[in-house]
Amino acid sequence: MNLALAPKPSDPAVDRILKIAIIAVGGQGGGVLTNWIESLARAEGYACQATSVAGVAQRTGATIYYIEMMPASDRTPVFSLAPAQGDVDVVIAAEMMEVGRAVMRGFVTPDRTVLIGSTHRALAVSEKTAPGDGIAKSDEVRAAAEVAAQTLILADMDRLAVEQGSVISSSLFGALAGAGVLPFARDAFEEAIRRSGKGVDASLRAFSAGFDAAVTGVPAAEVPYAPPKRKMIGPPALIREWQGLEKRLENMPASVQSIAQAGLKKVIDFQDVAYGALYLDRLSEVHAQDSSDHMWELTQTAAKYIANAMVYDDIFRVADLKTRSSRFQRIHEEMGTSDDKVLELTEFFHPRAEEVVSLFPAKMGARWEASARRMALLNRLFSKGRRLRTHSLRAFLMLHILGGMKRYRLRTLRHSVEVKHLEDWFKACMQVRAEDYALAVELFKNRRLIKGYSDTHARSITKFAKVMSTAELLKGRDDAAEWVARLREAALQDPDEKALDGAIATVKSFV
Amino acid sequence: MAERSFKAEVEHLRKGDGDVFTGEGILAITKALLENGVGYVGGYQGAPISHLMDVLADAEDLMTELGVRFEANASEAAAAAMLAASVHYPIRGAVTFKGPVGVNVASDALANLCSSGVNGGALIIVGEDYGEGSSIMQERSHGFAMKSQFWLLDPRPNLPSITKAVKDGFELSEASNTPVMLMMRIRSCHVTGSFMTKDNVSPPLTVKEAIANPQSDFKRVVLPPASYTHEVEKIEERWPAAEKFIVENELNEMFGPQDAKVGIVVQGGMYNGVIRALQRLGLADVFGSTDIAIYCLNVTYPLVRSEFDTFCEGKDHILVVEEGQPEHIEQALGNFLYKAGQTLKLYGKGVLPMAGEYTGQVMLDGITDFLKEAAPDLLPSQVRAPNQDAPLIPDLSQTVPGRPPGFCTGCPERPIFAGLKLVEQELGKSQITADIGCHLFGSLPPFEIGGATMGYGLGPAANGAFDGGGDRRAISILGDGGFWHNGLSSSIGNMVFNKSDNVVVIVDNYYSAATGGQDILSSRAQNKTKATNNPIGDALKGVGVEWIRQIDNTYDVGHVRDTVREALTTDFKGPKVIVASSECMLNKQRREKPIRNKAIKDGRRVEIPRFGVDADVCTGDHACIRLSGCPSLSLKKLDDPLRDDPIAHIDQTCVGCGNCGEVADAAVLCPSFYRADVVHNPTGFENWRARMRSRLIGWLQTRRDGKRLRFEDAPA
Repeated sequence: MNLALAPKPSDPAVDRILKIAIIAVGGQGGGVLTNWIESLARAEGYACQATSVAGVAQRTGATIYYIEMMPASDRTPVFSLAPAQGDVDVVIAAEMMEVGRAVMRGFVTPDRTVLIGSTHRALAVSEKTAPGDGIAKSDEVRAAAEVAAQTLILADMDRLAVEQGSVISSSLFGALAGAGVLPFARDAFEEAIRRSGKGVDASLRAFSAGFDAAVTGVPAAEVPYAPPKRKMIGPPALIREWQGLEKRLENMPASVQSIAQAGLKKVIDFQDVAYGALYLDRLSEVHAQDSSDHMWELTQTAAKYIANAMVYDDIFRVADLKTRSSRFQRIHEEMGTSDDKVLELTEFFHPRAEEVVSLFPAKMGARWEASARRMALLNRLFSKGRRLRTHSLRAFLMLHILGGMKRYRLRTLRHSVEVKHLEDWFKACMQVRAEDYALAVELFKNRRLIKGYSDTHARSITKFAKVMSTAELLKGRDDAAEWVARLREAALQDPDEKALDGAIATVKSFV
Repeated sequence: MAERSFKAEVEHLRKGDGDVFTGEGILAITKALLENGVGYVGGYQGAPISHLMDVLADAEDLMTELGVRFEANASEAAAAAMLAASVHYPIRGAVTFKGPVGVNVASDALANLCSSGVNGGALIIVGEDYGEGSSIMQERSHGFAMKSQFWLLDPRPNLPSITKAVKDGFELSEASNTPVMLMMRIRSCHVTGSFMTKDNVSPPLTVKEAIANPQSDFKRVVLPPASYTHEVEKIEERWPAAEKFIVENELNEMFGPQDAKVGIVVQGGMYNGVIRALQRLGLADVFGSTDIAIYCLNVTYPLVRSEFDTFCEGKDHILVVEEGQPEHIEQALGNFLYKAGQTLKLYGKGVLPMAGEYTGQVMLDGITDFLKEAAPDLLPSQVRAPNQDAPLIPDLSQTVPGRPPGFCTGCPERPIFAGLKLVEQELGKSQITADIGCHLFGSLPPFEIGGATMGYGLGPAANGAFDGGGDRRAISILGDGGFWHNGLSSSIGNMVFNKSDNVVVIVDNYYSAATGGQDILSSRAQNKTKATNNPIGDALKGVGVEWIRQIDNTYDVGHVRDTVREALTTDFKGPKVIVASSECMLNKQRREKPIRNKAIKDGRRVEIPRFGVDADVCTGDHACIRLSGCPSLSLKKLDDPLRDDPIAHIDQTCVGCGNCGEVADAAVLCPSFYRADVVHNPTGFENWRARMRSRLIGWLQTRRDGKRLRFEDAPA
C-alpha cells in the first residue's frame, strides 16, 4: 500500500498557489495544453510558471508537465519546478495508465486533488507483446483513483476530441474548465484557445465536449456492449436447415445456448450447414455427459472451443473473408472514403510449401509432405511474398475462387490433420471428465493456445502439446485443473516459452 | 530544419529597453546573450538544450544583423574549441551543449581553453541532464570545473536570475580571464516566466573585424614553459580576481534572518525546491520570505571562503543542499570549517540522500529531518508528532505498466531492427554494441537488439576488442548523427586501420533526429546557411571502407534482413558497413503533411496509404507486434464471446509506412494485414476503372452471398 501524506499544515499564504500536473504520453500534445493553461492564467491576472522535461521521454514515453499559479502582485512568488507528492491541486492524466501512474507517484491525494483523466488506452509495448491478453486492468486503476482523488473526473477524452476532429488536449482543457477548480470563467478558457490561433473551431468543439463530460459525465459509452440481434438470411432451403439446427440448440441448457449459437454460426459461416450439424453432434456428446451440478460449465466451454477448433485458418477461409462485400464496406468506412475517392487494397500473403501442400488432397499431400525434395520444389515455386491487389479483378478473382472451394476443403490434407488433432484433443478432454470435471474444462480451454499462421501456428501447436502432455502427469491430483490453468497462462506470457518451460519444470519437480 | 520551429518566438528577441519578455528559459538565455554583446555563438544539440540550438539557428537572421556569428559545431569538443576566439580577441563567445556527456566530449578543448585563459568573456551554457527525464548516466559536470579551474554558475531557476547570470558570467569571465560555465538544469531550460529586456547590443569587435586584424600571443599557447605559468596564474591571479568579482558584485545571495541559529547553503538551482519545502513546513511564504537563513550559491565554483565564514557567524547548524554526487560543495565547506576550527554542525548528505534527484518529497523529508535535529521548535507540531492516519491507497505497482520511450509511429528505424531480429532468429545472437540516438530504443522490447553504449559515435569503437575476429562477427549500430560527430574517425576509420572483420549498421534518418531533427552533413534537406547532401557512403569510401551496402528504403525488411545476413556471412575480410537510409518519419510528416493537404485541396491526385488488420483473420497471437512495437499497431478486444485474446488493430494515427506488411511478409507471419491506398482526386480513367471493377466485383459478391447463410448486415 502506498501511504498518502498526512495533510500538510495549512498556511493560507502557501495555499494560494495552485498546482497543476499534466501527465501524458509523449506526442499527445501535453505542451499545447500547458501553453493554454499558462496563457489563460496570465490573461486573468495570475503569475504563472510552467515547466516540462524535454528529451527522449517525448518519444512516446510517459512525461510530465507542471504548472503553478497565483494572483499576480508586485512581488514575485517562488514557484516549484516539479510536482511533489501530496502537494498537487489538479492532476490531468491523458491516458488511463497515466492516471494510475499519477496515483502511484503520490500526486493524487484525497485531501486536495482534483483528478481529471482520460479512460482511453494507449497500450504500452509490454502489454501488446504477450501472446495472450497482457492488457493492464483499467478497473484497478479506476478503483485506486476513486480512493485517492478528492474529486474524480474520468471519461474517454480521446474519443470526445477525435469525434470533434480535434486532439485530446482540447477535451482535457474543457474538462479542466468544467471541473470548476480554476477561478476563471469558461469564456476565458475559450479565449485562450482562440489566442493560440491553430485549429480553433475543432478545438473549441472538443473543449465543449470535455466541459460537458466534466459537468454531467458521459454515461453512454460506459454501459456494457450488447451485440444486436441480427437475422440470418439466405436461400430458403438453407434457412430451413438452419432453423432445424436452431431447434436442436433449444435442447441445450439455457446457459449454454448463447455461446453454442455463436459457435454454430461460426462453423456454418466457415463451411456449411452440414458442418454445423457435425458441431452440434460433438457438442451433444459433451452435453450428454455433463450435468447441472456443475452449471453446465463443461458444455459451455466445449461449445466455445470446439467451434474454434473446427474453424481453422486455412487459405480458403482467408480468401473467403478477404473477398466479402461486407469487408469492402467496412474498409471503406474505416478509411473514410467517399465517392470522389478511389480505394485500392493490397493484401500480404506469403505461402510456404507447408501451406501449399496442406491444400492438396489428403493422401497426396501427406506423400508430398514426407518428401524433402518435393517440399523444396514447392518452396522454390511458391514461397515468396505475394502482394495481391484485391481491388483489381485478377487478384480478386483468384481469391474469390479459392474462397469458394469449400466443398473441396473437406478432402484436403489440412482438414484431415485438423480433424485428427481435434478428435485426439476431444477424446483427451472427455476421458478425464468422469474423474476430474474441472480438469476436463481446463483441457478444453487449452485450445486457446492454438493460433497464428505458418511458424507461429506450428509453435502454438507445440505449446499446446506441451501443456496437454504435462496435464497427463497431473492426472489424479486434486490441483490438476489449477495447474493446467497456470500452465496455460504461462504459455500465453511470452513467445519463447520461458514461462511455460519454467512452469513445466515446477510440475515435474513434484509429480 | 529542426522539429520545433522558434521562428515566431524569435521575434520577441528584438525587444528593447523596458519591454517585458515572457517565455521559456532557453529563449531568455538567447535574449540575454544578444543584450550582452555576444560576438559568436555555437554548440551541439542534446536535451535539455537542443531547443537552445534551435532558437539560435532560427535567430540567425537577427544575429547576422547584429554582427553575431552562429556556428553549428560538429561536436561539443568543436564547440568548446571555438571559444579559442576569446583567447586572443576581446570578443564575447558562448557555446552550449548538454552535461555531463557533452562536457566529457568537450573536456579536452575546455582544459586547453582554461590553461590559456581568455581575454573576451567565454560562456559555456550546459544543460545538465540529471534526474527525471534524463537519458544519460547520472553524473555531475561540477568536477570538470574543479579540475580545469573554470567557474560554475548555477542561478536560481527563474528568468530574471538566469538572464542576470548570462551578464554576470561574461563579466566574471573577463574579470578573471577564465571561461565560465552556466549550468542550466533540465527543468530550468523550459521554465517559463518574464523578465525586463534591454536593447540588443552589437559586439564591440565582431569576428569579421577580428579576422581582418589577426593577433597571436605565444604565452597563451599550452606549451612549456607557458603551461607552468598558466597554472600559477590560475591560482595567483585568476582565482582571487574571480572571488573579488563574486563578492563585490554579490553574485551569491543571502536570504532570511542572517542572525538565525540555523542556516541552509543551497545551490542556486535548488533554491526553489528548498523554499517549497520550507513553505510546506510553514517556514516560508509564497514569496520566499523565510525564518531560516539561506546562503544561495549562484556561483557553485569557486566557493568564496570569506562569504561562507560570514554566513556561519552565530550559527550552530548548517545544512548543505547539493544535488548529485560526489558532494563537492559539502566537502569543501567541511574543509573550510575544519581548518578554521569551527564547531558548528554541518549537515548535508545523510539527512539528504547521496544519490538521486532532490524531488519535492526528498527535499521535504531532508529539511524536516535537519530541522528536527537543528531546531525542532521551528517545526509545526503536526510534523513533530503526526497523529492523523493517512488514508490507504491501493498499490498499483503491479497494474500500471512501464512506459519507456520508443520508436515513433512509422519510424524508419523499426524495420531495420525487424530485419536484424529476423537475422538473429536465423543465425543466432551476435555481439552487439549500440550508440547514442533514437536507434538505442532498439535495445528495449520488443526488439532487444543492442548492447553497451559507450558514447556518441563510439558504437563500432566499443566493439574494438572484437576487431580481431572470431567464429562470429560482431555488429555495431551507429546513427548518422554519431557518424558525423565522432564515428567516422574514431569508429569507422579505425576499423579500417585495424583490419576489423566486423559489421556496422549506420542508421541514416537524414537528421540528428533524437535531439529534435537538426540538419547534419548528410541531411537531404536544402539549408540556405549549411552545406548538406554529403553522402555517408562517400565518406566511408574516403576512409577506405570497401564493403559498403546502401539501403535506400529501410521499410523493405526483406532487403535489410538479406543485407545483414550477407554482411555476417560473406567471405569478404574487412569492415562491412551497411548504410540504411530513410527519412525520420516525424520530420517527414511535418514536412509533407501540409504539402499533401494543399495538393488535395488544389485538386491534384494524391495517394494516402494506411494499414489495417482484418479482425476475423487475425488470431491474436501478436507475433506482428513483437517485430514492430509501433504505437499505431495496438490491440483491440472484440465483442466476440468465442475469442479470448485481443487482436491486432491499427488506429487512425497510422502513417502507412509499410512496415506491417513488410514484416508480415518477411517473417512469414499472417495474411491479416492489408494496405488501403485512398486516392484523392483520382483521374478520370481511374474513376472509370474503379467503377467497372466494383461493378464486376459487386456482382460476384452478390452472387455468392445469395447462395449462403449470412447475417443481414455483417459477416458472422
